[in-house]
Amino acid sequence: MSAFAFYAATGVVLFALGLFRLVTATHLLRNVIALNVMGAGIFLFLVAIAYRNGPDRPDPVPHAMVLTGIVVAVSVTALALALVRRLHRETGRTSLAGEHDDTSPDPDAGADAR
Amino acid sequence: MVVAILVWLAAWALFTGRVFRSGVLFIAFGLTMAIAWVRLGAPDIALAEAAIGAGVIGVSILHAAVQMADRERREQRARPDGPPVEARTTVPPRWSRLRGRTLASLVAAGALGGILVGAVWRLPEAPAGLGPLVDARLSESGASHPVTAVLLNFRAYDTWLEIGVLLLTALAALAVRRETDLRTAIRSAGGDPLVASFTGQAVPVVILTGVLLLSVGTFGPGGAFQAGAMLGALGVLLYLAGHRAVTAIPGTTLRLWLMLGIVAFLIAAVAPLPAGDPLLRIPSGRATATILAIEVAVTASIALTLALLFVTAIPPRDPPMPPGRSDRA
Repeated sequence: MSAFAFYAATGVVLFALGLFRLVTATHLLRNVIALNVMGAGIFLFLVAIAYRNGPDRPDPVPHAMVLTGIVVAVSVTALALALVRRLHRETGRTSLAGEHDDTSPDPDAGADAR
Repeated sequence: MVVAILVWLAAWALFTGRVFRSGVLFIAFGLTMAIAWVRLGAPDIALAEAAIGAGVIGVSILHAAVQMADRERREQRARPDGPPVEARTTVPPRWSRLRGRTLASLVAAGALGGILVGAVWRLPEAPAGLGPLVDARLSESGASHPVTAVLLNFRAYDTWLEIGVLLLTALAALAVRRETDLRTAIRSAGGDPLVASFTGQAVPVVILTGVLLLSVGTFGPGGAFQAGAMLGALGVLLYLAGHRAVTAIPGTTLRLWLMLGIVAFLIAAVAPLPAGDPLLRIPSGRATATILAIEVAVTASIALTLALLFVTAIPPRDPPMPPGRSDRA
């Protein structure tokens, strides 16, 4: 099995995992992480495509696209985090209205949260 | 293999119980991704992923998690007769009862993943791709590193818009804050002595590395984004160490500095127009100088934008962190 197939499949698996977690998790920070994992999966897939076309001199255009994508992902994550913080500051919630409130993201808490 | 570690880390990060642990695992995941990029022959992306993907994103998430937890604990301390934090929320059971929505999502995501993996496995023979096209015109592009040539010449328009997106999200993130005045929103965090001593050592190294990455980008892996990320991280470190480097910038200079990247692109885009050339046509004679000038401006803008995004994430009027914070690190 070629290296490309492995990496491309991994990209897809990461995307699917992230998507599943995005839908099922209620805590907004988890959603942010899930979105980023999905993005990472897509980037992995793109770069695997570039690798497949020429392992010694990979196609630089997908590389440039992924680089752009990473920077955009950072921006979007920063905005998402700003929104989450603002929501938490205004309402004290860590999930959207209408969903089960998750327990607080307490790093020292013994109770595990969904 | 790297892929196995990637999937394991991602799954662990996504499904672990505590959000803080999730953030830490996400950073580990990001760093492993950087290794994967190197394995796939993409050192540029590896540099950017390590600095921005794992570093800035992961630390921002951790910071948000810790901040929110601290505020909740502080509020609970302020109202000792109020309901305890744990009792205020419901904890859905973990695996003892798969709710319908979870089960449906599992099936859907699994089916989607399966179909896509099957499609990937059966991809037809690889066409030549755009690599040969890039190689053919590389000599006139002004950079001998193909990724830099693509980013700043062949697809310069995309990069220009990307800087625009960066600026837009920075403005939006700042607007979500309650105070619109940039200066009052930025307050010094108060120095953490551990961070301060480390930062003292790190400043010259990071500056040198950033400049190196920027200048090497023309003929090797590196470039504006990686350099900008390093310098942005330096700004964040300085802020956390209590230095007023980022917070002391006056408002007008701040705004102009943020716009440097876009304006540089704008100048490069409009300059060919009087001669009748199309927008953003970079002349092959002056290509290297143009690209380098744009990169310097872009690096400055990215560095300040990233530092600002992180620094202004701390809301004003919050009391400074209790002194015991460094013990938790």
